Amino acid sequence: MTNTTTSQALSGTMAAPGPGGFWRILGLNKSASKPPEETDAKRVQFSSRLLPYLFLAPQMAIIFIFFYWPSVQAIQSSFYLEDPFGFGSTFVGTANYTDVLKSGEYLGIARFTAVFTALVTFFSLSIGLLLAVKADGVIRGNATYKTLLIWVYAIAPPVAGLMGMMMFDQHIGPLVKVAAFFGWDMKVGLNYNDTAFAMIVVSVWKQIPYNFIFFLSGLQGIPVSVREAALMDCRSGLRRFWTVILPLLAPTAFFLLIINTTYALFDTFGVIDVMVKDKAANNPITLVYKVYMDGFRGNDLGGSSAQSVILMIIVFVLTIFQFRFIERRVHYN
Amino acid sequence: MHRTKLFDHVILMMGVFFMVGPLLVALMTSSHEAAEIHRNGLSILPGGHFVETYTKVLTKEGGFTGKITGVRMMMNSLILGIGFAAGKIILSMLAAYALVYFRFRFATITFWMIFTTLLLPLEVRILPSYEVMNTLKLTNTYTGLIVPLLASATGTFYFRQFFKSIPDELLEAARIDGAGPFKFFIDVIVPLSKTMIAAIFIIMFVYGWNQYLWPTLMTTDESFFTLVRGIKQILLVWVGSNIPDYNEAFALAILAMVPPVMIVMIFQRWFIKGLTESDK
Repeated sequence: MTNTTTSQALSGTMAAPGPGGFWRILGLNKSASKPPEETDAKRVQFSSRLLPYLFLAPQMAIIFIFFYWPSVQAIQSSFYLEDPFGFGSTFVGTANYTDVLKSGEYLGIARFTAVFTALVTFFSLSIGLLLAVKADGVIRGNATYKTLLIWVYAIAPPVAGLMGMMMFDQHIGPLVKVAAFFGWDMKVGLNYNDTAFAMIVVSVWKQIPYNFIFFLSGLQGIPVSVREAALMDCRSGLRRFWTVILPLLAPTAFFLLIINTTYALFDTFGVIDVMVKDKAANNPITLVYKVYMDGFRGNDLGGSSAQSVILMIIVFVLTIFQFRFIERRVHYN
Repeated sequence: MHRTKLFDHVILMMGVFFMVGPLLVALMTSSHEAAEIHRNGLSILPGGHFVETYTKVLTKEGGFTGKITGVRMMMNSLILGIGFAAGKIILSMLAAYALVYFRFRFATITFWMIFTTLLLPLEVRILPSYEVMNTLKLTNTYTGLIVPLLASATGTFYFRQFFKSIPDELLEAARIDGAGPFKFFIDVIVPLSKTMIAAIFIIMFVYGWNQYLWPTLMTTDESFFTLVRGIKQILLVWVGSNIPDYNEAFALAILAMVPPVMIVMIFQRWFIKGLTESDK
């Protein structure tokens, strides 16, 4: 994971703030009438004309050159048609956008991306939650389980993809043999659905540890008094889980939902790139992969930029949704 | 009661099997010969060719140019991981220090400009970022590999939050003692942030080491390949033959995962703390 909430946070592999932490980090979930700086500023501060700018300079320089400049360029070139041989470009208005949005191929990829994201998010969250609940429940071996279950967090997506390729290999893959036992002739890399299945399994596998870590720490943050009270009120473990524990985990779960969505959208690039083996034509790919293919293989600068901007809008909407939702529905103590 | 506990253990063991099984299989299989793997499939028992295969993967010159060795790729991965983590920590500590401890005119707008970088991951602006790097002639350099990845301000927010939790009394006391901004930073802030720095370093190192898309775009010269970036290229060459070199492919995968996995394992407590509690 690198991730930020939104972005990198969202992009999952990076460090992400704790449950709800992102907005707390920004100081935004306080009564937000004043800008965060003012609400959270130190009572005492240094005053210096030059120094703060000096300290900020490296960070700002890098942000300007490697964030704002390319972002503005993406938006700009999404309105131009670039000559493939590099001889200038023509302003075409929103033609790149309408081309993209009318393309059946693009819409198909968008549909796959939506299904892929939903499935990866659902399975990695629920398996992560299940394991966290069980690991929280057992006393003996708790630490060992925890250690073993988080290993995979540290593995790079393309390496995970490579592991998947081996597990699903036509000749030596044990999972293909298991599938054959049930009469499923699995051809990962050749058959669209089989490849999609394998990609989802690998992407879920890679993301479980992250969810596990957050759910476990969320569970361990529930006060003993609350657990004991729940135990007295309700004998059934399952009902206790649904009515007491799960609502208390809601902030964590919502935070993870956003992180996992961004993970499935962006960070699975490496998994996909390794698993389609350069034969993207008859294999499922996601929107980010399509941006990459059109921009770097197809040399369609305008189309690729338009797609980038569409993705930016999706990420923005997700972020705003998260902000709104956290503000309104989820209460932290 | 006893039965439920047993059931819990069964589920956890299945989880461990699902998560760790593939890694174990990869490790074990990498110690067999390619022909043997081709004949018998994957293996869960160690074979006799461990040293041989790993020596070959680390020192054999391969790739399309026939010049890149595993050792070289590992070096590049280390440079990327450490360079990224160190760069991130230095940049974000300085910026966060300015935001928290100084009163200055453009504080609010600066804050929002930094915040905005969190909204857009590198993946959505890869092509223009690449063009910028081309303009700056930074492709196939370590600078081009590391610096653009620093353009997201996650670290700044972690440190900002942490600095805000440091009691105001410390600054008051330091000022009474006559300490200026530099002295206060070096003598008070840095020592107080040690745990935070360690936790963020671990997370960022793993993040940097595992980068794939950006190195793929930035480096076409194989002497700059990292392990993670090189894996696909090298697989295409090796696995293309009659009897694919599965053992070497697995060995490479293991090499690419050992350093980050070890670091997460060894510093597990800091790692989890950095991940889940950086909002405190």
